[in-house]
Amino acid sequence: MSTTLQDKKRPEFKNIHVTQIIRYRLPAGGFASFLHRFSGALMFLALPLLLWLFDLSLTSEISYGKLSALLSGWFVKLVLLALAWALLHHLVTGIRHLLLDLHVGIEKEAAARSALLVHLISLPLTLAAGLKLFGVL
Amino acid sequence: MAANIGRKRLVVGAHYGLRDWLAQRITAVVMAAYVMVFGVYAMFVVPPGYEAWAGLFAPLWMKVATLLAVVALIYHVWIGMREIFMDYVKPTWIRLCAYVLTILWLAACAVWSVQILWRV
Repeated sequence: MSTTLQDKKRPEFKNIHVTQIIRYRLPAGGFASFLHRFSGALMFLALPLLLWLFDLSLTSEISYGKLSALLSGWFVKLVLLALAWALLHHLVTGIRHLLLDLHVGIEKEAAARSALLVHLISLPLTLAAGLKLFGVL
Repeated sequence: MAANIGRKRLVVGAHYGLRDWLAQRITAVVMAAYVMVFGVYAMFVVPPGYEAWAGLFAPLWMKVATLLAVVALIYHVWIGMREIFMDYVKPTWIRLCAYVLTILWLAACAVWSVQILWRV
């Protein structure tokens, strides 16, 4: 053996550190996947809020009125809009994942295209939800 | 349990990886169906106001359908959150606490939603 481990300069791969996240450019698929995880975690954290709102909406006419008053506040509307985005994004990217599982659009180019397409579907739907929420539609 | 896949590959383990993978997809389909049918119906068909909204959840089949969606949601959330904890929370003690709290919290949410639904 003429070469030892010290002779060869082998490439070294390390995990990305938190401080590198901003500079790290993910491919479209990775970005969509990250947002899928992020939106899921967001909805998990919002679960008590959503159940509480659901409870208010069904318990009685009085609690329904309380909910209506609550929903007229802009901050609550903004929170719900964020959750609407989370749901729509999670749903659309989830359908993409299911299609990939079925080997639909699994080729590199097709997968990269669909990873951008999910935003083109979920963002306008979120906009529509926002317009409805803020009473424009 | 260990079984040979093909001639060479020995598969070992508890097999909950495949089970969770499959369960996450099945629960996703259940929820997607519920959300899309219910969402469109509630938004465009049900008139505004408490009477119509509460009336939607009055029939038993609607309570059962909604509860099935909630159960699917909770199993789905558990698999997803467990995955997140496995990726980012390394100290065993903290991870175990996160698991336990998540399970307790999700179980509480399930009970809460039963109470909400069956009070209508």
